[in-house]
Amino acid sequence: MKVEQISIFIENKSGRLAEVARVLGEKGVNIRALSLADTSDFGILRLLVDNTDIAQTTLKENGFTVNKTEVVAVEVPDEPGGLCNILQVLDDAQVNVEYMYAFVERNAGNAVIIFRFDEVDNAIAVLNGKGVSILSGEKLYSL
Amino acid sequence: MNHNIWDPLHECLERKDLERLQLERLRSTLERVAKVPCYKDKFAASGISPGDIHSLDDMAKLPFTTKEDLRQNYPYGMFAVPMRDVVRIHSSSGTTGKPTVVGYSRKDLDDWSGLVARFMTAAGVLPDDIVHIAFGYGLFTGAFGLHYGAELIGSAVIPMSGGNTERQIMILKDYEATALVCTPSYALTLADRIEKMGHDARTYLSLKVGLFGGEPWSEGLRREIEERLNIVATDNYGLSEIVGPGVAGECLCKKGMHIFEDHFIPEIIDPDTGKVLPHGEKGELVLTNIVQEAIPLIRYRTRDITRLNYDKCDCGRTMVRMEKTMGRSDDMLIIKGVNVFPTQIEEVLFQVEGCEPHYQLIVEREGTLDTLEVQVEVNENIFFDEMRKQRAFVEMLEKRLATNIGLHAKIKLVEPSAMPRHEGKANRIIDKRNK
Repeated sequence: MKVEQISIFIENKSGRLAEVARVLGEKGVNIRALSLADTSDFGILRLLVDNTDIAQTTLKENGFTVNKTEVVAVEVPDEPGGLCNILQVLDDAQVNVEYMYAFVERNAGNAVIIFRFDEVDNAIAVLNGKGVSILSGEKLYSL
Repeated sequence: MNHNIWDPLHECLERKDLERLQLERLRSTLERVAKVPCYKDKFAASGISPGDIHSLDDMAKLPFTTKEDLRQNYPYGMFAVPMRDVVRIHSSSGTTGKPTVVGYSRKDLDDWSGLVARFMTAAGVLPDDIVHIAFGYGLFTGAFGLHYGAELIGSAVIPMSGGNTERQIMILKDYEATALVCTPSYALTLADRIEKMGHDARTYLSLKVGLFGGEPWSEGLRREIEERLNIVATDNYGLSEIVGPGVAGECLCKKGMHIFEDHFIPEIIDPDTGKVLPHGEKGELVLTNIVQEAIPLIRYRTRDITRLNYDKCDCGRTMVRMEKTMGRSDDMLIIKGVNVFPTQIEEVLFQVEGCEPHYQLIVEREGTLDTLEVQVEVNENIFFDEMRKQRAFVEMLEKRLATNIGLHAKIKLVEPSAMPRHEGKANRIIDKRNK
């Protein structure tokens, strides 16, 4: 169960992030979660949105460089130690995490952690084996 | 064997016959220019008279002509014929100071057309072809030169001129052009735009051949253009001071540009000492115009760095071939004492899978140190979602540049279209050191 995420190359200059948000907003695309990794020159913006295809096309039309990647969304109880349990499971199985970010669900009292793995299928098998709750794209986009 | 040769009589002359013709023409040219005040002074200063030239080897005794001479005699001081015999004026773009002015007699225009017809024929242009000329028409020699050459061959000429890329594409498509004339960087701009419009640039147009010139370009750029537009991309060489396009051009062997030696005598010199270098060595190209009437220049220093190959070409032409120029010595950057041509950097970028030739060089001085930043436009092939990979990519590029040009350059990835798309000559260099 993988979730589609889009990544956008952003030059480190004023207004670029706002431009991404503006073009997506105008097309009625809603951003569910985001993370930004940056250096002094450029940044990589990762987005989970309710309509990946429209978001990708729109951004490309507006001159952005966009890639689609697959990530895994894991649901954990929003309580102390929730994150640690998951990371321990991954560590025990020697699954390498490229990067991750998280947000909290509005009603359910859960946190959602987005993982980018090198070996996605292996990671999913490990998480499934430990009974970890993995969210489908549909579920995630509608949160 | 003699197909694709416009003027086999001259283009395939045996070397001894060619040299006899060259000497004859050189001596008659020297007689004519001896009346031009600038040459009168130059000959007097070097204690030489046209009668002292008995062989081509004696050429080394003759003084050089430089762009500075043209500037000092601006606008018409170097002309060797009265203005009533001049039917056309052209001039350089003047990007490096005052423009240089050249003139053509009626015979010069005819000769020029013939020279261009030679390299266009060598590139495969035929009377059936439809030739789209996207050089700007004006004082610049490029558009008119190719225009006359194509007409002489009997091709149908579309005098499109520069600018408005979308309209260019519409005309190229609708008028079914088979040959494209423009700068190499503009050929890529066209491919970019066609792809952006959602078409396959390899099949969208009827083009089969491109004749590119006006700026130095690398073999990598040639491969890129050939693949993306699905055409044969050929190079040709000229400079406005020496006729314009038509000094040299590639045949389909694509192993160097044949210099039309019955019109121009090439020499390669050491740019620092002015000494003539032996055959095969790399140095500055010096040209003597031995046919032109209006403004024949003697030993003109082109500032272009190249190498000559006197081996016989498979195409049957006997005319010497010059390598693709690395660029004008004016374009050469000296950074921390290292000589760098933009084309060298371009070549490195091309060796990297997925890299596109949209780049710009920024030279700055921090304190007393020169720095070079190479800005490369990012695209989907070289954009990674993981920072680790993205940085590894940048480091790999920096390493390759360091190995190839012997200089540490900072690579900066920028968003696509951050750089101006070139409609004419590409401006790859921003040198902030002298401001």
